[in-house]
Amino acid sequence: MANNLTPAQRVALARHQDRPGTADFISALFTDFFEQRGDRLCADDGSILGGVALFHGQPVTVIGHRKGRTLEEHLAYHFGMPSPEGYRKAQRLMEQAEKFRRPVITFIDTPGAYPGLEAEARGQGEAIARTLALSSALTVPVISVVTGEGGSGGALALGVGNRVLMLENAVYSVLSPEGFAAILWKDSSRSDEACDVMKLTATDLLELGVIDAIIPEPPEGAHTDLHRVCKALDAVLVKELAALNKMNGQALATQRYKKFRLMGSKAPRKERP
Amino acid sequence: MSNVFAQRRQKLLSLKALRGNSPVPAHTEETCPACGGTFRRRDLVMARYVCPLCGHHYPVGAYYRLSLVLDKGTFRELEPALSSNDPLSFPGYAAKLEGARRRTGMNEGVVTATGRINGQKVAIGALDSRFFMGSMSAALGEKVTRLVEYAEKYKLPLILFSASGGARMQEGILSLMQMAKTSAALERFSRKGGLYISVLTHPTTGGVTASFASLGDIMLAEPGALIGFAGPRVIEQTIGEKLPEGFQSAKYLLEHGFLDAIVPRAQLRDTLIQLLKLHGKGGSDRGK
Repeated sequence: MANNLTPAQRVALARHQDRPGTADFISALFTDFFEQRGDRLCADDGSILGGVALFHGQPVTVIGHRKGRTLEEHLAYHFGMPSPEGYRKAQRLMEQAEKFRRPVITFIDTPGAYPGLEAEARGQGEAIARTLALSSALTVPVISVVTGEGGSGGALALGVGNRVLMLENAVYSVLSPEGFAAILWKDSSRSDEACDVMKLTATDLLELGVIDAIIPEPPEGAHTDLHRVCKALDAVLVKELAALNKMNGQALATQRYKKFRLMGSKAPRKERP
Repeated sequence: MSNVFAQRRQKLLSLKALRGNSPVPAHTEETCPACGGTFRRRDLVMARYVCPLCGHHYPVGAYYRLSLVLDKGTFRELEPALSSNDPLSFPGYAAKLEGARRRTGMNEGVVTATGRINGQKVAIGALDSRFFMGSMSAALGEKVTRLVEYAEKYKLPLILFSASGGARMQEGILSLMQMAKTSAALERFSRKGGLYISVLTHPTTGGVTASFASLGDIMLAEPGALIGFAGPRVIEQTIGEKLPEGFQSAKYLLEHGFLDAIVPRAQLRDTLIQLLKLHGKGGSDRGK
């Protein structure tokens, strides 16, 4: 493990142009993947990639952010920043997972939800809120894996899992370090400084109880040995899914609810100022 | 030094006025930031801080907002002592929190309570933009969640006024997780048949828009409120052009299908009474 990297260096690795994306993880971990497209309302947002696949023979629903590899794809997928149509597609797939009693496995890799005019007009906030609400109550296992950048509500929408895993050099934060510095210090160039105080690395988040396990990466990052990373991830997924498969639907929903219910629940009491 | 105290005193007086329990000198002149018209401050207060000339809705504090819709003397605050504990030990945050607490007399950016509206008991809350812009802290998310759970336990209709700049940056990822926590609590409440009326006030943005504020069975907004996920500046930078007039306004959201109605402050209590009546106590079998 490359434990001596600074948070800013991990951010750079998480954003590396060769960083494996959802499509890479799907082909490495699953078989028989069938992509499902469209939100059945008005559009198909390619920045959310989803469908059904087999995981060691068990049908699962897979949903993840897609940044794309080529410039053309980057532009088409807004660098992995979903629009409301993407989140509504995710909701549709989650509802089907519930119907067909399939576990849901999500891959998180986005700078955030797309901040555009049309995205706002079609209800970006509502789309994310609904996805959060729906996924919180699913009665099938949900495992989320933060594979690259986990940025803001756009990432969290796919992150309400019974288990939340994170690759060693992935990052997960309330906002990009640049946005954070811009809002707090009115200076987006202080992003390295932001990285240091944001607690966005896997180790920090494990300590805070936001994630459950860290998947190790080679010293130079996941892109240098995808096979090794996927082997480690596969082993954890097999173990966690086996445990979750034994739970009934209500227990799964309750466990997930309690997990998020406890986050930041220990606010102290103070006298009136 | 005395100047500092004088400023403090002035601030406290204006806060007191915002809560609506202090006599306002009749002669003070007020200029509307929207239309530029001038009128007596007393007329502004009488009109519930709505410009008597153009109808501009001034931002108001949480206690005052609740006093406008609840029956007199029925307000009972829940969890007033809950406060942020600086969970990430963020540099400078503790001092800023202390300042906000002293300045506003509040411990967090949301007031939660029970009360009655035309005799019907409700669980009700209001975010307050004076406290860290009503941003989502762990404590704010916790108070909202406890209010939802209270409404569920006692089978009460739930009403929430939102006003928020988004996430509390100083609480980082724990701020983000409140979106999941509050949304999950509302989903439970909803599946048990609870009625949730969400009222969006100026401004409602970011993580609050993308969680509890958008999940109402009934969605209302105050006239002129700015409502959105991404802030207008971020969007302009992304798309590289000026945004159209009225973008992300309450009217814009109504036209795009995200609101049931825009309700002026003066009519809000009557609207809530009507909605509570239509829902037969909000699916509750108790509370009256």
